[in-house]
Amino acid sequence: MHIDKFTPKSDMMMLLGFAAAVLLMPLWLQPFGAAYPDLMQRFAIFGLFAIGFNILFGQTGYLSFGHAAFIGVGSYTTVWIFKLFTLNILPAMVAGVVVSGIFALIIGFICLRRTGIYFSILTLALAQMSYNLAYSVLTPITMGETGLQVEAADPRAWDAPLAEGAVPRTNLFGIEMTDFGGLAGFYICAAFLIVGFYVALRITRSPFGSMLRGLKTNQNRMSYTGLNTRPYALAAFVISGMYAGLAGSLMAAMDPLAGAERMQWTASGEVVLMTILGGVGTLVGPFLGAVAIKYFENIFSAIDGAVLTSALDFLPDFLVSGLVPVLSLFVGKGWHLTLGLIFMLVVIFLPGGIMEGYRRIKARFSKQGEE
Amino acid sequence: MDAIILQILNGLDKGGAYALIALGLTLIFGTLGVVNFAHGALFMLGAFVAVSVREVLTISTKVKDESVTFFEAFKEIPYLELWLGDTGRAIIDWSVPISILIAIPIMLVIGLVMERGLIRHFYRRAHADQILVTFGLAIVIQEIIKAIYGANPIPQPAPEMFEGTANIGALLGLGDNIVYPKWRLVYLGFAAIIIAAVFAFLQFTTFGMVVRAGMADRQTVQLLGINITKRFSIVFGLAAVVAGLAGLMYTPILSPNYHMGMDFLVLSFVVVVVGGMGSLPGAVAAGFLLGILQSFASMNEIKQIIPGIDQVIIYLVAMIVLLVRPRGLMGRKGVMED
Amino acid sequence: MTDKTQGVSRRTVLKGTAASAAAIAVPSFYIPTASAAGSFRNDPKASGKCVLGFNVPQSGAYADEGADELRAFKLAVKHLNGEGDGGMMNTMKPMNLKGNGILGMKVEYVTGDTQTKSDAARASAKRMIEKDGVIMFSGGSSSGVAIAVQALAEEMGTIFMAGLTHSNDTTGKDRRRHGFRHMFNCHQSALALRPVLDNAYGKDRQVYHLTADYSWGWSQQDSIEKGMAAESNWQTVANVKTPVGAGDFSQYITPILNSGADTLVLNHYGGDMVNSLTQAIQFGLKDKQVNGKDFQIIVPLFSRLMAKGAGDNMKGILGSTNWNWKLTDEGSKAFVKSFGQEYGFPPSQAAHTCYVQTMLYADAVERAGTFDPQAVIAALEDHEFDGMGNGASLYRKADHQVMKNGLVVRGNMNPTSDFDRLEVLDVVSREKLTYDPNEGPFAGGAQWS
Repeated sequence: MHIDKFTPKSDMMMLLGFAAAVLLMPLWLQPFGAAYPDLMQRFAIFGLFAIGFNILFGQTGYLSFGHAAFIGVGSYTTVWIFKLFTLNILPAMVAGVVVSGIFALIIGFICLRRTGIYFSILTLALAQMSYNLAYSVLTPITMGETGLQVEAADPRAWDAPLAEGAVPRTNLFGIEMTDFGGLAGFYICAAFLIVGFYVALRITRSPFGSMLRGLKTNQNRMSYTGLNTRPYALAAFVISGMYAGLAGSLMAAMDPLAGAERMQWTASGEVVLMTILGGVGTLVGPFLGAVAIKYFENIFSAIDGAVLTSALDFLPDFLVSGLVPVLSLFVGKGWHLTLGLIFMLVVIFLPGGIMEGYRRIKARFSKQGEE
Repeated sequence: MDAIILQILNGLDKGGAYALIALGLTLIFGTLGVVNFAHGALFMLGAFVAVSVREVLTISTKVKDESVTFFEAFKEIPYLELWLGDTGRAIIDWSVPISILIAIPIMLVIGLVMERGLIRHFYRRAHADQILVTFGLAIVIQEIIKAIYGANPIPQPAPEMFEGTANIGALLGLGDNIVYPKWRLVYLGFAAIIIAAVFAFLQFTTFGMVVRAGMADRQTVQLLGINITKRFSIVFGLAAVVAGLAGLMYTPILSPNYHMGMDFLVLSFVVVVVGGMGSLPGAVAAGFLLGILQSFASMNEIKQIIPGIDQVIIYLVAMIVLLVRPRGLMGRKGVMED
Repeated sequence: MTDKTQGVSRRTVLKGTAASAAAIAVPSFYIPTASAAGSFRNDPKASGKCVLGFNVPQSGAYADEGADELRAFKLAVKHLNGEGDGGMMNTMKPMNLKGNGILGMKVEYVTGDTQTKSDAARASAKRMIEKDGVIMFSGGSSSGVAIAVQALAEEMGTIFMAGLTHSNDTTGKDRRRHGFRHMFNCHQSALALRPVLDNAYGKDRQVYHLTADYSWGWSQQDSIEKGMAAESNWQTVANVKTPVGAGDFSQYITPILNSGADTLVLNHYGGDMVNSLTQAIQFGLKDKQVNGKDFQIIVPLFSRLMAKGAGDNMKGILGSTNWNWKLTDEGSKAFVKSFGQEYGFPPSQAAHTCYVQTMLYADAVERAGTFDPQAVIAALEDHEFDGMGNGASLYRKADHQVMKNGLVVRGNMNPTSDFDRLEVLDVVSREKLTYDPNEGPFAGGAQWS
């Protein structure tokens, strides 16, 4: 087991470094073809989701397979506020986080009666029930398959009515998410991400955080000391549920539509994969895992034979004609294959995920430095 | 009454498939302590053994179809039919049962290779790592199948002999209203035989005894000087064969496609957990229980009282069972609880 | 500020690795969303590139349909750029395309994976608009996705030419000014099937519906039920909603056996339809006699790919489809010929509608003389065209739905190959398929005319 020493100073450096990296994404993501608002927003939103998920999974060891349900609850609540009250994102997001927090409290109360895989399956069952109902029976509230949309004609109590045919746009006190070419939306997401990261950092370093890690190491021993552990686990569950709700709210704020499929088990599984891929229990890892998976989903899936051919046109023709069919298997419609391979390679060679790779590189360099 | 008997049959049929998948999953959990997210992929691979066998049997000559003038089109006549006439046609007709013979060695090899090449290195790793690596493997397997066979379902007809329905009602003296597809009855019987065989194997052979002992208490068995790890790869192979055969025989009921494994994955985990971790009888019982309850919940009479109940019944039952019985129906203490 | 419209593509940045910080700091998405006169998002004249976005399912259950759509799109781009045999450019009327791209600009394209999920589809479409600078995007596989990205098109001010989407809502209550649909819809399926079903199966039937439990399934069921109740006096015994992706439908099929119904309507699509039809036949429904009538199964929406998946179970089943490659009009023949020569097999209805949509868009731009979405919308609205496989057709202004002929098809009893699974039974005329854009299932949509 590798133990890093943390000091307030190193934490501050990490926070500053993280904030700088996030805020400068529009610059350094350019060469990767990822510096467009929608994807950067997604990086931030799913990063937030994964960071929050890690508070539960990474700290307490409780593996929830139903966290996507909170994303959905956050999204639906937010869109309903957009429809009924105002297009200002702040009240809508507050509502989204609060409602998903309450939802998490109920689900957590039920599921935390069990541990291990029994807990995982309970969360999965509750989330899948939410998804199935949202997709079909609850259609009057969720609009089912089509997704809940904001319409110009919605009766917004706090806003002036929109003209017929006008496009309803979400805003933060007048600044629309699409302003500055969508950068407004991105920086709002980025701000939430950095604050979310900071809060996660504080939680990890607090006595409450060590209590949570105690749960992970040996829950029985903790209970033998006469401590009731469940409130701690429940608190962690609700906090991570609220992170998920915030992510769902942000998603709806950036793109005012809420679809049922973001509650499906595959979405819950995705955040598990993000966290493990990045590094369970680390602070930055889950964010990196989220970025990696969303990058593959959005950029790799768009590369097809023609793009490959033009990207490789510096090579001799015979090489291009040989390489393109082979590489095509891994990009475009084959992007899932690459993702699967990456999962396997990372976990085989880097048991602690991406962060493990970072630690190894750092260790090698510092060793060289000593010599 | 007829309706209820029919729904029980439906439930048993469905439950048979659930039980077969859960059986293998539980074997792997119980003996190896590995969370195998690639188990659904094994089910799917079994189905695609049937697809491949049929493809091979129907390798055809291409005769130009003159009736199509827009582009080159061909009529396909399988060589088997050309060479062997009616016998050839009968072989193609029986392709699904024939592929069982081929699937057993193939699935066994796939299982062994998976265990030796990958899973073995993850026995001591965290469950999170096991999930990620087996999930990655499942994606890779399914994408390879998609690259070869496409995403559309591929029909696999049952042999002509088993097409259509059998009048069970008349057979049992219950009137003429209980008819059931012959192939589904075959599947039910097949599931029962496989389940019985697995239990007999574990119960009556020395090998099975060691495996059961290993499931109960791995450390003690190892202390006795018995090499369990060696046997584990065979157990994994066995689980792969069971999952593969379950998928293969299911193809006439459910036209196989590349993501059918993922569709069954979540369900099979629910079944295993409801049955109780590490309990083989529990897995089988839960499979049939959930199958039957799902069938009943889908009846119109019940859906009218509780709309959408058929969509959530499995999860609802799972929840109630787990809240009432902490370790599922027959789970043992301490297995996968931390 | 000239940088605003110049834009920096990814490749230029990649090539010029030493691109100046100033250029990087003003990325290509810095373009006003409001379409003021003379300026609009992703103007090809300003960027020097005419890019179209093809957003199709490449993973998930509809990946094969998506692949076929993509083939059609690529073929359309080829033809637009003057390569290949021109396909429908030889038969399209009126025809303003010159085989030199669109407005003299060579057409390029980007692709994306919708995964048949609204979120993923919108993400992919946004990438196309924000990063790749597309002037129009197209594609589809489900109505939920089409409706979700159509709303996005409206927000972004970019035109969306819908591909495969059959729900009434796409051009009904959820229609958008920037969205256009060539494919027919549930209501039109019912209109087309009504006389054929009446003729084939007679009046006074007892109908059992199995309906996919989401908006498309409901609207399909509703349209068929109402359509057949009015004049043929078909009565609904039960309408049972089934979960999407149920796989095994046996628990929904057995209650039909003794329900007294003599007709089963499967309001399913894709894999669900393949499974439910296969299983219904296994339960012997097709061989049954009820109320003195032969039991009949109807699948309101067919596609060739589904027919292939269902195999022999498809024989003799009636349904409707947007288009079939066996049509013998000049437009269909030209398209099937060039598609068949390019790929070695005939196109599906999804491929056809996507190809036609691309051509119609390009033609509208030529007629408008500009890429400006507002002018292109005006050019598409109330546009009469012919020679595209469905007879004389109209892009109706009120709801952006094409009014054209529809097909009633039947599962071929003696197919010679997997492509030959459907036979065209009847071509129902445009007049019979025309309906009021604001009535019944279409009420409550946006108004712009």
